Amino acid sequence: MPLDLVVNVTIAGVLTGLVYGLMALGLSVIFGVVRVVNFAHGEMMTIAMYAAVALFSAFNLDPFLAAIPIAACFFLLGYLLQMGLINPFITRPEHSQFMLMVAVAIIMVNGLLMAFGPDARNVQISYQLESWEFGKVLLDKPRVYAAAMALLTSGLLFAFFKFTLTGKAIRACADNHLGARVVGLNVKHLYALTFGLGSACVAVAGSMMILFLDVTPTLGPAYTLLAFIIVIVGGLGSMTGALLGGVLIGLSEALAGLFIQPSAKSMFGYALLILVLLFRPQGLLGKKQ
Amino acid sequence: MRQETLLLVLLLVLLAFPTFANPYLLSVGTLILYLAYTGQAWNVMMGFAGQLSLGHSLYVGVGAYAAAAIFFHFGIGPWAGVWLAIALCVAIGAAIGFLAFRFGISGVYFALLTIAFAEFTRIGFDHLQWTGGSGGLFLKVAQRDQIDLANFRGPPEMYYYAILLLTAAAFLSCRFLLRSKAGYYWQAIRENEEAAQALGINTFRWKMLAVVISSAMTAVSGVFFAFYYNNLFPEQIFHISRSIEIILGPIIGGVGTLFGPILGAAVLTVLSDSITEILAYYGWEIPGIKQVFYGVVLLLVIMFLPHGIWPPLARKLGLAR
Repeated sequence: MPLDLVVNVTIAGVLTGLVYGLMALGLSVIFGVVRVVNFAHGEMMTIAMYAAVALFSAFNLDPFLAAIPIAACFFLLGYLLQMGLINPFITRPEHSQFMLMVAVAIIMVNGLLMAFGPDARNVQISYQLESWEFGKVLLDKPRVYAAAMALLTSGLLFAFFKFTLTGKAIRACADNHLGARVVGLNVKHLYALTFGLGSACVAVAGSMMILFLDVTPTLGPAYTLLAFIIVIVGGLGSMTGALLGGVLIGLSEALAGLFIQPSAKSMFGYALLILVLLFRPQGLLGKKQ
Repeated sequence: MRQETLLLVLLLVLLAFPTFANPYLLSVGTLILYLAYTGQAWNVMMGFAGQLSLGHSLYVGVGAYAAAAIFFHFGIGPWAGVWLAIALCVAIGAAIGFLAFRFGISGVYFALLTIAFAEFTRIGFDHLQWTGGSGGLFLKVAQRDQIDLANFRGPPEMYYYAILLLTAAAFLSCRFLLRSKAGYYWQAIRENEEAAQALGINTFRWKMLAVVISSAMTAVSGVFFAFYYNNLFPEQIFHISRSIEIILGPIIGGVGTLFGPILGAAVLTVLSDSITEILAYYGWEIPGIKQVFYGVVLLLVIMFLPHGIWPPLARKLGLAR
């Protein structure tokens, strides 16, 4: 195996992993605050990917620009979803919440199937195949831009939670639901805001993913599971953990695809999930409860 | 008393069903009973003991592949194969349960662990050439007019009665279990595990028992699946959508109730088939539209009937204890 191939695959894996990380960050934020398992997460990403395809074919809009309006729409969608559907389920048992999200996911997948048909779609931007060369090391431009966008979006989210009053209020809700209500926070509104922010993350991630991945309506469930693996591996409630988990999974998928069979690559993710759940259930960067 | 009468009437209708049903209805009936039986098996773990498994397709798949593979390779019939299937599934269930409960994994984390094991196994079987890999494992299709009980091959009616027998047996066993010491311990654990532990219940042991019983029952449904459908693909049988299909019935029907899995399986299957019929009648045959309707109905049921259909229905019928 030539070394430069391994290096190139490693770099591509890390860059893709950052986009995975952003997707998982959305899930982590929702799960960490609202404590509802968003089993429609991958399906939401698929919708964002289709939105990017539609904007590209209608207005020739670059997915990096399209990410902004898509994220705004997803924020609204997420807010309304939480307000209308999920808030009443907060106190219900887990299997009930799971069922709700499964129903939402079924509607999303098949709504996409109705709207776009079963064929795979993608976008072809002008710099799709361009890259920077450093000796034998190649850096794909779209992948580098996507990773940068993922870092930027994550950075904005970190800053929001760290420095704004609303961000602090949301963290207070996650920390102590009852306490947050006692001091007069509008928990339902804050939950909806959180779901909106998580949705916006997945929207940006989806707009990036369309550059490396053809989209079909049935893509969703696999990415829901992937997001879960990343969040659990990285550590629930830890935002840097989600990014780290994304990079780990992206890297392991890329290397497994290189050294073993590409079709077996997601086995590593599941094996990693099982090991982490058993030996470090709080995740790699999570705090012990 | 009324419950017993209802059961008897239901059993008689189900026994007589093949005499007036056409082949299509018979296959629908078989599917309903298959889902009811498998749902009942899942219900032991979730409905009784409160352990949410989202990976029950693992036991269906392993059970199906175990019995089908030794039949395919060595000609060993399902009467021996079913024991192999049960043994394997119990071993796997016990291993997962042991790891999870020893390490104190519960709730959502436990559910994700079960998904992880099922998906891991799915990809593993995709690459296991002995069972055909992702290309699938095919059993010779049965001669439809002759009953060969030794190899469990025969006409559709035979499969119908077999799964009816299984469903009835599962119903009676679950009824017995729910009223036994184990049943009360399970319900205590389901409602409040810490309190149950404080009362001196060995929660680890009783949760393990629930997992073992549930996985053994599900293994049998896998064997039935293999010999009824005659083809197995890892993509289908281990997929998470199969696990969801298994648990939809009991959740819609009523988690933790005895009638829930049966009622839920019947309602969902009839619903799905009638949506197909209605859409075909109006000529709306866009791919995906059926599942959208199905999803919407699911959403409405889960929103407005949080405990499923059976508990309120039982109150209406005066059957609730």
